[in-house]
Amino acid sequence: MATDLLDATFAALADPTRRAILTRLAAGDATVMELAAPFAMSQPAISKHLKVLERAGLVSRGRDAQRRPCHLEARPLRAATDWLENYRRYWEESYRRLDALLEELRADRAGDLEEGGA
Amino acid sequence: MNRTRELTVSAPSDREIVLSRDFDAPAALVFDALTRPELLTRWFGARGWNLVVCEVDLQVGGAWRFVSRGPDDAEMAHGGTYRVIDRPHRLVYTELYDEQSYPGETLISHELVERDTATALTTTVLYATPEGRDRVLKYPMARGVGESFDRLATVLADVRMESRGDAS
Repeated sequence: MATDLLDATFAALADPTRRAILTRLAAGDATVMELAAPFAMSQPAISKHLKVLERAGLVSRGRDAQRRPCHLEARPLRAATDWLENYRRYWEESYRRLDALLEELRADRAGDLEEGGA
Repeated sequence: MNRTRELTVSAPSDREIVLSRDFDAPAALVFDALTRPELLTRWFGARGWNLVVCEVDLQVGGAWRFVSRGPDDAEMAHGGTYRVIDRPHRLVYTELYDEQSYPGETLISHELVERDTATALTTTVLYATPEGRDRVLKYPMARGVGESFDRLATVLADVRMESRGDAS
C-alpha cells in the first residue's frame, strides 16, 4: 500500500465523526440521510466527511441515483490496522530482548545477595 | 498473580502513541535498562536494528544520543534531552531524528509502576503535530502510528484487535 494512501487513511480516521460513520457502515450500507440522523449535523456537513472518507478509499457510493448508499471499504482500513500491528510487533520483539536481559540481571542480583555482595 | 505480558499499542489522540507492557522485574531494573548504555545496547532495537552508539548523560538537561545500524548497514540516529528523571518511577525526554521529515521534537514519557516483583511500563510518545505522527510511517524501521485499536475494533470485527487483559 502506498504511503500516501496510508497517510490519507490515518488522516480520515483522525476525526471522531468520521470514525462514527465507519462504525455505522460496518453494520451495513446507509444513505447520507440515514447517516446524518444520529449526529446533530446537517446533511451537507455529513457529505463533507463522506468525501474525505471516499478520497481515502474507505467508503464507496452505490450506483442507485436516488439513494447512493454508502458502503464501507474494509481493505484500506485493514492495511492501517496491519500497520499498527506491525509497529506493535517491532516493539514486542525489542521488549522480548529486554525480558531476557532483565531475567539475567535478576539472577545476577540474587547471586550477589547470596554472596553478601552489594 | 495473573498478569499479561502482551504489548498493547494505542493512539488516544492524533498526536500520541501509547505502548503498555508488564515486565517480570522490579521497577529499578527496568528503569536502569532504559537509561544505562551497557544495558540499552543489549535490547533496544529489533528486526536486525542494533544500537552502535549509545550516549547517555542522565541528568535533567543532559543529552542522549543513539545511533542504530540495521539491514544493509543502514544507519539511523536520534537524540534529545532528559526532562524528568525520577528513578524508578518516571523518565521523560525529548527526541529528534537527524534526518527527520516532520517538524518539532517528540516527547517520550515512561511511567513505571511496580506490583509485587513485576513492573508495568507505559510509554507515551507525543508528537509535535498530528502530521508528524503520521509522517513517522515513512521511517525505515516502520515506526509510526494509527488510530486506536479499540476504535478500529468496533469498525472491523474481522480484524483481530489487541486488548489489554486483566491487569492484576
